[in-house]
Amino acid sequence: MQYQSQKVAKLYFTAAIVLFTAQILFGLVMGLQYVIGDFLFPAIPFNVARMVHTNALIVWLLMGFMGAAYYLIPEESETELYSPKLAVWLFWIFFVAAIATVLGYLLVPYASLAKWTGNDILETMGREFLEQPLPTKLGIVIVALGFLFNIVMTVLKGRKTAISMVLMLGLAGLAGFFLFSFYNPGNIARDKYYWWFVVHLWVEGVWELILAAILAFVLIKVTGVDREVIDKWLYVIITLALVTGIIGTGHHFYWIGSAEFWQWWGGVFSALEPIPFFAMTVFAFNMVNRRRREHPNRVATLWAMGTGVMSFLGAGVWGFMHTLAPVNYYTHGTQVTAAHGHIAFYGAYVMVVLTMISYAMPLLRGRAANSNKAQVIEMWSFWLMTVAMVFITLFLTAAGILQVWLQRVSSTPLSYMAAQDQVALFYWLREGAGVVFLIGLMVYIVSFFCNGKEKAA
Amino acid sequence: MGGSFTTSMARNIFYGGTVFFVLLFLALTYRNEQILPTRDNRANLTEQVVAGKRIWETRNCVGCHTLLGEGAYFAPELGNVYKRRGGAAGGTEFIKAWIKAQPTGTPGRRQMPQFNLSEKELDEIAAFLKYVSEINTSNWPPNIEG
Ligand code: HEC
Ligand code: HEM
Ligand code: HEM
Ligand SMILES: [Fe+2]
Repeated sequence: MQYQSQKVAKLYFTAAIVLFTAQILFGLVMGLQYVIGDFLFPAIPFNVARMVHTNALIVWLLMGFMGAAYYLIPEESETELYSPKLAVWLFWIFFVAAIATVLGYLLVPYASLAKWTGNDILETMGREFLEQPLPTKLGIVIVALGFLFNIVMTVLKGRKTAISMVLMLGLAGLAGFFLFSFYNPGNIARDKYYWWFVVHLWVEGVWELILAAILAFVLIKVTGVDREVIDKWLYVIITLALVTGIIGTGHHFYWIGSAEFWQWWGGVFSALEPIPFFAMTVFAFNMVNRRRREHPNRVATLWAMGTGVMSFLGAGVWGFMHTLAPVNYYTHGTQVTAAHGHIAFYGAYVMVVLTMISYAMPLLRGRAANSNKAQVIEMWSFWLMTVAMVFITLFLTAAGILQVWLQRVSSTPLSYMAAQDQVALFYWLREGAGVVFLIGLMVYIVSFFCNGKEKAA
Repeated sequence: MGGSFTTSMARNIFYGGTVFFVLLFLALTYRNEQILPTRDNRANLTEQVVAGKRIWETRNCVGCHTLLGEGAYFAPELGNVYKRRGGAAGGTEFIKAWIKAQPTGTPGRRQMPQFNLSEKELDEIAAFLKYVSEINTSNWPPNIEG
């Protein structure tokens, strides 16, 4: 760590891990409700657990991105952060709002929550991933604007690098597209169309810029490869991402009332979306092979390469699997979608945030890298979580294919509920893999508390 | 990657490509808006249907169900439930009766909460689900089971 103000990142990273833990616990609750339908009913209905699970995920990833930016921007700009105080304030606003929102979901019936928080003034709630009450949504906007201001002012007074430009563009896009969450037309076909401007244009658009920038930063640090080389890769990757990903949004417009031309436009462009993810994999391995130094933080390098591989597998391969209209006709809205959603979010965004934490946290705690013992423990958590996620994905994919067959293809189709009964075995297996994932997360947390001989900063 | 392909060329291609595809996407969105009226059943988009959408949202039905394939995968698809449960011959009555009868309380079976909707609200949510079932979805879902 070279600049005092980078320290604020620690706050963000710590909160991210706390919310990550909450996310996984509620995932396990839902996993059990899939097979024991009345588990915790009516105290925690499935939809409530799901809101906590997905919203905690999004918020902790945003915390991770912000922490990454607060760490990376001063170092790239070669200057202290414009206002560390603002960063701390915004952190507390965001964290308190997140906790209050989760408590609201858990303690208040959703309809009452909507009424008390002004949903009648501006109706934005009750849509997947955008369930947050109006004050929370406004809080997100305020935090995002304050954060962007802080980052931009820092970059303006210092060195301007490709990495900080790309990261800022990604973060500005993130804030910009979130504004579509305030647009909710009464016509459900139009509502659904513009809803994807937040969800798809985030994960298959601007977030990819953030992903590539963070990965590039960590790779420069751990490999010592020339910035010129890395910058060129960075631009090529993000060009491929946006050229394919923007029109690729059309892969969500096949069956929601929109025009049929999307079956071609969306299909063709989204089928190319794996290319930038593949480029990222090649990039990570290429840079590590050309490394000019042996960085003592080996586990951060492992996370970086893992991100390359798993994002390609989750977004690229599992995305491609169901993206063409004739396939999607059968798999749309089944466990195949859930399988892809899990491994894509984990492989790309969870892993890149954990890469950054793995690289930055030791430095924030005053050492170049953790002790060998702590690194070995963290490597265990890498493998436990990653392998568990691969199995969650495989079990859900199996459940999904069977579901499609029994309910949509068979000449004597079963009802939804009857088909679910038939595939219960795979839900049990998924829950087992989920428990392994939780163990991996516990091991990860333990690695932070493991002392042993440290390497000097 | 080396040779004559410089970083500034890569950057320019990025900006140019992004602007081009954003504009193309906006053009396609405009075209989509022109075609939507022929597909989205807006002739039947009454006040009651919009009120039903509000019920749908403020009860977070999408947290368990899919609607036209989007949402959660824990409970049956509802985009076509009106047709699945009888259409003009009883679809509305089924939906209302179903919602009133929840939860089933069957041990071990997935449960849907009791929402205590008024008769008016029940009519609204049923009207909304009927409306959605008449959107042109290019023949999706593959069969009536959703
Ligand atoms: C906590 C999860 C949950 C929520 C929230 C929920 N449902 Fe359900 N719903 C279910 C489950 C589970 C079933 C299937 C139950 C069964 O077959 O025993 C179901 C079944 C239905 C059915 C019958 C489907 C069919 O094919 O016969 C209708 C209609 C329905 N729900 C409407 C709604 C509406 C409208 C809302 C919102 C006001 C809603 N549900 C909210 C879980 C939920
Ligand atoms: C890291 C990047 C990605 C993430 C985080 C991600 C995540 C998700 C999630 C969460 C969903 C479910 C949305 C919902 O609830 O309705 C989804 C749907 C989908 N994704 Fe991705 N995705 C990514 C990249 C991709 C790519 C590159 C492709 C194509 C090659 C793709 C193809 C699809 C398709 C076709 C669907 C719709 C599934 C359906 O019809 O039910 N995704 N994605
Ligand atoms: C870091 C790890 C995880 C990530 C990134 C993640 C992400 C997600 C996402 C994006 C969704 C929405 C899916 C969609 O709409 O398609 C979701 C839903 C869900 N997740 Fe996770 N999850 C993780 C871990 C877990 C674990 C460990 C379990 C349980 C074993 C779990 C169980 C579920 C369930 C049951 C749903 C609801 C699916 C449905 O709608 O029916 N998740 N998760
Ligand atoms: Fe997408």
